[in-house]
Amino acid sequence: MRAIGIILAGGNNHRMKELTQKRAVSAMPVAGSYRSIDFALSSMSNSRIQKVAVLTQYNSRSLNEHLSSSKWWDFGRKQGGLYVLTPAVTADNSNWYRGTADAIYQNLHFLKNSHEPYVVIASGDCVYKMDFNKLLEYHIDKKADITVVCKDMEPGVNVERFGTIKMNEEYRIEEFEEKPIVAKTNTISCGIYVIRRRALIEMLERCAEEDRYDFVRDILIRYKDMKKIYGYKIRDYWRNIASVDDYFSTNMDFLNPEVRNYFFKQYPDVYSKVDDLPPAKYNVGAQIKNSLISSGCIVNGVVEDSVVFKKSYIGNNCYIKNCIILNDVYIGDNTHLENCIVESRDTIRANSYHVGEDGIKILIERDERYVI
Amino acid sequence: MIKKEMIAMLLAGGQGSRLGVLTSKVAKPAVAFGGKYRIIDFPLSNCINSGVDTVGVLTQYQPLRLNTHIGIGIPWDLDRNIGGVTVLPPYEKSSNSEWYTGTANAIYQNIDYMDSFNPEYVLILSGDHIYKMDYEVMLDFHKANGADVTIAVMPVPLEEASRFGIVIADENRKIVDFEEKPANPRSNLASMGIYIFNWKTLKESLIAMAEQPALDFGKHVIPYCHEKGQPLYAYEFNGYWKDVGTLNSYWEANMELIDIVPEFNLYEEYWKIYTKSEILPPQYISSDSVVERSIIGEGTDIYGKVYNSVIGCGVTIGAGTVVRDSIIMNNTCIAANCEVNKAIIAENVVVEEGVQLGIGEEAENDTAPHIYNHGIVTIGEKSVVPKGVKVGKNTVISGVTCADDYENSTLASGKTLIKAGE
Repeated sequence: MRAIGIILAGGNNHRMKELTQKRAVSAMPVAGSYRSIDFALSSMSNSRIQKVAVLTQYNSRSLNEHLSSSKWWDFGRKQGGLYVLTPAVTADNSNWYRGTADAIYQNLHFLKNSHEPYVVIASGDCVYKMDFNKLLEYHIDKKADITVVCKDMEPGVNVERFGTIKMNEEYRIEEFEEKPIVAKTNTISCGIYVIRRRALIEMLERCAEEDRYDFVRDILIRYKDMKKIYGYKIRDYWRNIASVDDYFSTNMDFLNPEVRNYFFKQYPDVYSKVDDLPPAKYNVGAQIKNSLISSGCIVNGVVEDSVVFKKSYIGNNCYIKNCIILNDVYIGDNTHLENCIVESRDTIRANSYHVGEDGIKILIERDERYVI
Repeated sequence: MIKKEMIAMLLAGGQGSRLGVLTSKVAKPAVAFGGKYRIIDFPLSNCINSGVDTVGVLTQYQPLRLNTHIGIGIPWDLDRNIGGVTVLPPYEKSSNSEWYTGTANAIYQNIDYMDSFNPEYVLILSGDHIYKMDYEVMLDFHKANGADVTIAVMPVPLEEASRFGIVIADENRKIVDFEEKPANPRSNLASMGIYIFNWKTLKESLIAMAEQPALDFGKHVIPYCHEKGQPLYAYEFNGYWKDVGTLNSYWEANMELIDIVPEFNLYEEYWKIYTKSEILPPQYISSDSVVERSIIGEGTDIYGKVYNSVIGCGVTIGAGTVVRDSIIMNNTCIAANCEVNKAIIAENVVVEEGVQLGIGEEAENDTAPHIYNHGIVTIGEKSVVPKGVKVGKNTVISGVTCADDYENSTLASGKTLIKAGE
């Protein structure tokens, strides 16, 4: 592969509400046994990108833990490998990452010390599979300076938290608006870009001189008419999880057999850190309908239309409907949960009753757990 | 300089012929167990949990699955710069090329491997038991007694003692005598086939006994050490230990895992069992399914009803199918509207629509009643069972079978259907 990878995983998003008190968006658990960043990492690994940097800043403990070994994505190599780059105080810089462009600029050595001609930039908060080789071929065919991966959203979907793109018939980008109040198109940027490494270094250096820090605003939008920026449409599944509603519905998408088949059964696989957990166990009284259950769970109650992450315990006579139960949750007996996201490692006392009345309720109880 | 206090040698070369078609293509230590594990995961996990980071795995019979599973030892954290896991198959020598002819002979042929780590102690293990044991505690016992050899033993009911190698020890646990499968046992301490040797003692005995045909630990090496008057001690182990050597004991040990609080608990944090997980996604359980008293591995899709069963990873159970009291291993597919009773179905099997397994009256198996009994239906790996056939109890199916292989679409109880080739 003639590209290196950069995954932007530093961000927080207020739309995630309490869920990012614990972790960066990129470390959010997704689909029972993965974390959001696994999708970008696996796509890069499967595209034979050998050298990948993950830029982290906000609340990165959980993400660092997940990335503590690079072997799960096959990045434990002599050549290249996985680089987790956090902001560092140096002789001539004592700032945090002030934006996406600044984050890459502060790690310019990573770009300068590589020899691959191209860079694939992706964000860690999206769920998708992608062959970056095809993207790179397209980029070369179009003789583009920058290629932006984009997706046509269904009509009616609110695109106000994305960048929207208008292209001409050759797919050259004519308009790029960041988080428009009234969107002119329903084509959005997926936050995945290809660019020549030398060109990126030049642009970032120029940005830095002018105290500009944002990749979208200060590079894509600013250079739109000067450089040839093309769009590459992704037609397969792609979702961004960086809001509570999108996070919830992305997880629920995995109850759909087509989505499961696409991610879990079709080549190539998505990889994640392996937790050594025993198989899920169903005792007398367990009744599961249309749900995903992950390894290490022990289920004694009723679970319907839900996604239960790893190592959760569901007590006797519980009723769980339309919920996301994150990792290592203990739910006491006779509990009724509906339309909730239960935060990981939480303990829900027996006989609790929680229903998300208008929308999804995020449940963080922090009760003490008494382990027998 | 390389120096390891204790290294382990894991005997994994046996076929385990009493597991019938389950081991026709894989060695017994590579047979699946408990939904996502393989039998060898238990001793390997015990090693790393006990702080033994150098393990030689001796393979001989059908080693492919075992080799792939072990790889460079990543799942057990046995990928080490020095030591780690090494697969040791028999090899050609300038003179006297031979297979591993016995347990101790296999170890004898790998003296150079052991010597290269300059160990004080060598732990000998076998790859076909289900248990959790801290070998470090056993080593402490070995050192405290100043033993040359320590044998792990467990108390068995006296009436069953005649099936085991029995150890007779004095009140200080010093071994006085041995009996191999005695008619009238003098003790109820059965040898578990787990030994700690002082490396010097082991090396010296193996070289002295090298000419003995089918050199075996229980039959030759241990008695040799005993006769020479070296101090031998018995280390009593009282935890869960299961020999899964027969289809029925294999079936029982799996079924014990689904008890509410099983005697052998896989959910304990402090003594994890590690395995190579190829399949990661969660399992899906559909709207019309029932799952009760079962354990299920990753990536399995359940559309039917499952009771009292152990289901592996990547399995599909079709709509309208009812599975009871069965073990279904990785990547097997049971189509819609089947009935599966007390069956052991190996990996990558396809059971087509409307098949009934384990029905009717019991009858003794016609080819190997000592292997296929207790009413269990056994299906070997990569087999195909065609649409709509009825299969009785104590039956065996192996190979890609088609409708013509079944008279009146039926395989009566006690019948064997083994088709060679692909």
